[in-house]
Amino acid sequence: MTSTQTIPQNAAVLKVELLISNLLRIGVITSLTIVVIGTVLTFVHHPEYLQSRDALADLISGKNAFPHTIGEVWTGLLMLHGRSIVIVGLLLLIATPVMRVGVSIFAFLYERDRIFALITTIVFLLLLLSFLLGKATA
Amino acid sequence: MSPLAFTFITFAASIVAGVCGSILGLGGGIVVIPVLTLLLGVDIRFAIGASIVSVIATSSGAAAAYVREHMTNLRVAMLLELGTTSGALTGAFLGGLIAGRWLFLIFSVVMGYSALAMFQKRHSDPSVPVPPDPIADRLKLHGEYFDEQAGEVVRYRVTHTPLGLALMYVAGMVSGLLGIGSGSLKVPAMDLAMHLPIKVSSTTSNFMIGVTGAASAGVYFARGDINPFIAGPVAAGVLIGATLGSRLLGRLKSSWVRVAFVVVLLWVCLQMAYKGIVG
Repeated sequence: MTSTQTIPQNAAVLKVELLISNLLRIGVITSLTIVVIGTVLTFVHHPEYLQSRDALADLISGKNAFPHTIGEVWTGLLMLHGRSIVIVGLLLLIATPVMRVGVSIFAFLYERDRIFALITTIVFLLLLLSFLLGKATA
Repeated sequence: MSPLAFTFITFAASIVAGVCGSILGLGGGIVVIPVLTLLLGVDIRFAIGASIVSVIATSSGAAAAYVREHMTNLRVAMLLELGTTSGALTGAFLGGLIAGRWLFLIFSVVMGYSALAMFQKRHSDPSVPVPPDPIADRLKLHGEYFDEQAGEVVRYRVTHTPLGLALMYVAGMVSGLLGIGSGSLKVPAMDLAMHLPIKVSSTTSNFMIGVTGAASAGVYFARGDINPFIAGPVAAGVLIGATLGSRLLGRLKSSWVRVAFVVVLLWVCLQMAYKGIVG
C-alpha cells in the first residue's frame, strides 16, 4: 500500500496517456467555446427569442430550418449565423474521438507497439467505413 | 416558454446528465431524452440526435481527466473498441432484418440478470486472484490506479479477454440496432466477465462510448436529426457536467458507484421491457 499518487509505470504508456488526454482537452475546450459563441450570437441576431413562445415552437419542431449539410453550414458561417457556428462546434466535438483514434495509431507506432498500432488502425478503418455507410443510408 | 428559457433548462438538465453519465460510464441519454421529450416537448427525433451528442460530450469531457489519472485502462479500451465498432457496423447492416421488439425483450432480461449479478459482487474482494489469461498477459492489459477514496493503489489483473471482446461485439451491435445501451452493456461485460474494478470499468466504458457515438453521429447529422438549437445547449451542459463528474468519481466509494449503476441498469431493464411489450 502506498499513499502517493505517482504510480511507477512504463514511460511509454504515460506518454501515450498524456498525449490523448491533451488532445481530448483541446477538442473539448474548443468545441465548448464555439458552441457558446454560436448560441450567444443566435440570441443577438434574434432578440425576439428572448420572449416569443411561437419562435420556440418553430425552433424545436424543425419548422425553422437549420443547416445539416457541410455546404449549408459554410454559407451560414460566412453570414455569421449563430446556429451554423453551433454546428461547427458540434462537428468538432464529434470529430474529437475519431482524431483520438487516429493519433493513437501514430503514438503506438512511435512506441514500437506493433500489435496495438494494428488494433487501432483496424478500429480507425471500421470507423471510416461506418461514416461512409452512414452517408449512403442517411 | 421562450427560446431563452428553453436553452437554460436544457443546459441545466444536461449538466446533471453529464455528472451522472461520467461517473457511471453511461452516455447520459437516460436523463437527456426524457427531459427533452416529456418535459420540453421536443420531437423524439431531435431528442435522440441530441442524446448522441451527449454521449460524445460525456466521453470526451470526462476522459481527459480519467486518462490522466490512469483510471481508464487505455489498452483494454482500444482492444475492446475492435468489438464495439465491428458490432455497431453489423447492427447497421441488420437494421431492417430483426424485429426490434424481441431484441428489446431479450436485452431487458440480459440487463436484469447483469444488474443482479453486479449487485451480488458488491462485497467481493478485488484482490482475489482471477483465472490466468495468456492473451491479457501478452497484450499487457493488466493495470493499476490510485483510488483517492480508499487512499491506496489498486492493482488488478484482467481475465477472459476473448469473452470480453465477444460481449463488446454484442454490445456494439445492440446499440447500433436499438440506439440504447451504449454504456449499460459495456460496464457489466467488463465487470462480470473481465473482472475489472468498477471504477476502471466505468471510466473505460466512458472512454469507448465516444467512439461508438461518433460512428453513428455522422448519420444523424446527415439525416438532419441534430438540431443545433437543442443539441448546442446539451453539448455545453454535458461537457461541463462531465468535467465536474470526473473530479467526483475518485472520491466516491467503489461499492456506492456499483449500487448506483445497478439502480440505473434496473431502470433501463424496465424501460426496454416496456418497449418490448407495448412496442
